Amino acid sequence: MTVPEKSTREGPMVCLKCNLPLQPGKVAISYLGSSFPVDLPKCPGCGQVYVEEALALGKMAEVEKLLEDK
Amino acid sequence: MDQDELRKLEERCIQYQPPNCAAACPVHVDVRSMMAQAARGNFTEAAGVFRKTVPFPGIVSRVCDEPCRAVCKRGDVGEPLRVAAIEKACLDNASEVHAKIPLLPKRESRVAIVGGGLSGMSAAFELARKGYSTVVFEQEPRLGGSLWDYSEEKLPRDVIAEDLKVLSKVGVEVRLNAHVGRDQPFDVLCDEFGAVYVAAGPQAHDAFGLARDEDGRVTVDPATLAASREGVFAGGSMRRAEGQRSPIRSISDGRIAATSIDRYLQKVSLTASRAAEGSVESRLYTSTEGVEPLPATPIGDARQGYSSEEAVREASRCLQCQCLECVKVCEYLNSFRGYPKKYIRQIYNNLSIVMGHRHANKLINSCSLCGLCGEVCPEDLHMGLVCRKARETMVEQGRMPPSAHDFPLRDMQSSNSETCAFARHQPGTTSSRFLFFPGCQLVASSPKHVRNAYALLMRNLSEGVGFMSRCCGAPAQWSGRVELFEETREDFLASWRALGSPLVIAACSTCHDIFRTHLSEVPVVSLWETLDNLGLPEREEKRTREAVAVHDACTARHATALQASVRSILGRLGLEIEELPLSREKTECCGYGGLMFFANPELAKSAIRRRIEESPRDYLTYCAMCRDYLAFSGKRALHLLDLIFDTPWDEAALRKGPTYSQRRENRVRLKNGMLRELWGESTPQELRRETIRLRISDDVQQLMEDRLILIEDLQQVIDAAERSGYKLLDPVTGHFIAHDKPAGVTYWVEYSAFGNNDFLIHNAYSHRMEITEDLKP
Repeated sequence: MTVPEKSTREGPMVCLKCNLPLQPGKVAISYLGSSFPVDLPKCPGCGQVYVEEALALGKMAEVEKLLEDK
Repeated sequence: MDQDELRKLEERCIQYQPPNCAAACPVHVDVRSMMAQAARGNFTEAAGVFRKTVPFPGIVSRVCDEPCRAVCKRGDVGEPLRVAAIEKACLDNASEVHAKIPLLPKRESRVAIVGGGLSGMSAAFELARKGYSTVVFEQEPRLGGSLWDYSEEKLPRDVIAEDLKVLSKVGVEVRLNAHVGRDQPFDVLCDEFGAVYVAAGPQAHDAFGLARDEDGRVTVDPATLAASREGVFAGGSMRRAEGQRSPIRSISDGRIAATSIDRYLQKVSLTASRAAEGSVESRLYTSTEGVEPLPATPIGDARQGYSSEEAVREASRCLQCQCLECVKVCEYLNSFRGYPKKYIRQIYNNLSIVMGHRHANKLINSCSLCGLCGEVCPEDLHMGLVCRKARETMVEQGRMPPSAHDFPLRDMQSSNSETCAFARHQPGTTSSRFLFFPGCQLVASSPKHVRNAYALLMRNLSEGVGFMSRCCGAPAQWSGRVELFEETREDFLASWRALGSPLVIAACSTCHDIFRTHLSEVPVVSLWETLDNLGLPEREEKRTREAVAVHDACTARHATALQASVRSILGRLGLEIEELPLSREKTECCGYGGLMFFANPELAKSAIRRRIEESPRDYLTYCAMCRDYLAFSGKRALHLLDLIFDTPWDEAALRKGPTYSQRRENRVRLKNGMLRELWGESTPQELRRETIRLRISDDVQQLMEDRLILIEDLQQVIDAAERSGYKLLDPVTGHFIAHDKPAGVTYWVEYSAFGNNDFLIHNAYSHRMEITEDLKP
């Protein structure tokens, strides 16, 4: 399997709803009744967040598994 | 699963049973471990194993009557192992070890042993170790009893002397020339000592007033060796007939008596759990199939016994008996590095745990439930049933990991939704004697075959052949969703009854099996038996192609008539059949069964690879999922309908199965197309796919397959993002990024837009953790 090439991010993502660059912000993520505060890129206007591929398939997948087996 | 069920299940896995040799050995020498060490030339370790259970190793290795040899499995393929000769070589070649003998703290009670032969000395040794003051009364001027009857060559005197030193090490008091009954009245002995073990040897004339049988031998309880008098136990040669003397049984008697005396003096049950003492029979099964027969290694120098090289050679003949019949044929059981007894315990613990990590979730969810283990198990232990039950419990407890079965369950839901499911009488009729039930996966994989098969059935059967497209509920059943399965079953029954309860003709082995085992009110026959009876479509010439290897579906394991029909059809098509080593009732699962592929894709892939490697020939399947999974892993695989409807051979064999998205789409299209063309009904539903066009490269398509992401998932995310405006821009690539969470999963899509609902997909991924995103307008 080949993973499509990923951009090396130089600038932050831009929210197209508000036309604002995303900034790190506190976001609550939860699964199966457990909730954690994390820092994620977030639009200062509307609150839209960004979860990049590496996070979704890496750390998040790991924590999902841990919580499923708890 | 309660404790009682757990134990009953564990008991049926015989892998933990001792090998025949250790079971037959009355003192249970771990012969298998000893041989494993000796075969590697680790004589010190091997001798250590021997010494652990035998207090007088030098003597026993020379005089043992080897009850182990009569039951040695090597005897089936060659000659039984020369166990004692190897023991002797191990002792000869072991480095000097002065293992400390652990002694328990001293106890008040005193024990008398009458007779200083092997049995008495063994009892004395065991009791002294347990902390009892132990006195041996020997009427001769030396210990050893009938050991002195052996020749010096057979049993050198210095070996006896050396072995007997152990008695003083554990503090046994020895009184020689002490003739009980003459010098010392037996009654007095019984008064002075808390318990007495009488082991006066084969020539004992005096039975000290103990009850005897008609031959004059002391009678004892065989399990405890308790004699007729309270606190007195008896054993060794004096309870055996002339000519049945056995040094190793004398030692065993001494040990059994010591256990009894210990229990007697501690005032606990003499009889509780003693079944494993002495010679027992093992239930361990060991296959000798394919084992090369080997004769025993000759002893070069009879006086010296085996040399170290000879001993290694002889010990290497040991089969290292174990069962593992199921583990040998099952990738799943093999991959968790244990065997059913261990797994059952792990599953039990997993289900009973209240707080903490559930280590066995994956173990429970990885089984294909195919039942091959039960077929090869000498005790019919079926791990699939254990795993399915466990899944049901996990669902009931709310402990089933959502990720394990979510995708196939949603697939099932889709198959049974309004967009895919439908049922009709044969066009132009109002009743059905038959009902063609192709099954959701054949519909998904080969809609063309479904239409052809239906047309064939309608042509050849009278009194109406209805049609029903839906899922039988297998994914719900496999994943332990009892309620969901029940609902699915009820929905099917309602639809089936509405058609007048026709005879179901099932094309899929899984549906066939589900109907037979869970819908006993529904009469069912396989498509293959039906076609075999009706005849096949006319063709110009018979195929003269080489043989195909038949891959039986695991859910058709016990459907012998179905299997026979498949082979009969192949014969009528002019094909040679190769039977795979594991076929019919011993067939292997393709990796889809039990939803293995979703819970443990890596394992499923190695299971398929293992199956593929069994023959270089093209595989002939009669289950759509088997075919597609084999083809997915690069195997040339055909479906029986490919041959019946004359699909060009290579095209059929090389066809990659459709993607998950295409499978769903095929179900929708089949419904819409058949309703329109056969029943003249209009179909208002429009596929979202037709309104939002996605361009997806093969690489991204493959990525989506691996990540279980469907085209309709992406369409939903993009549709929502384009409507609401909530999307991100990657300033570097100019790509849009949007996400949405239609149900349990959040999907992320990276895409470009070309206007007119035309999009190019660059990447897609998902996660199950939920982001609390308080969107402001």
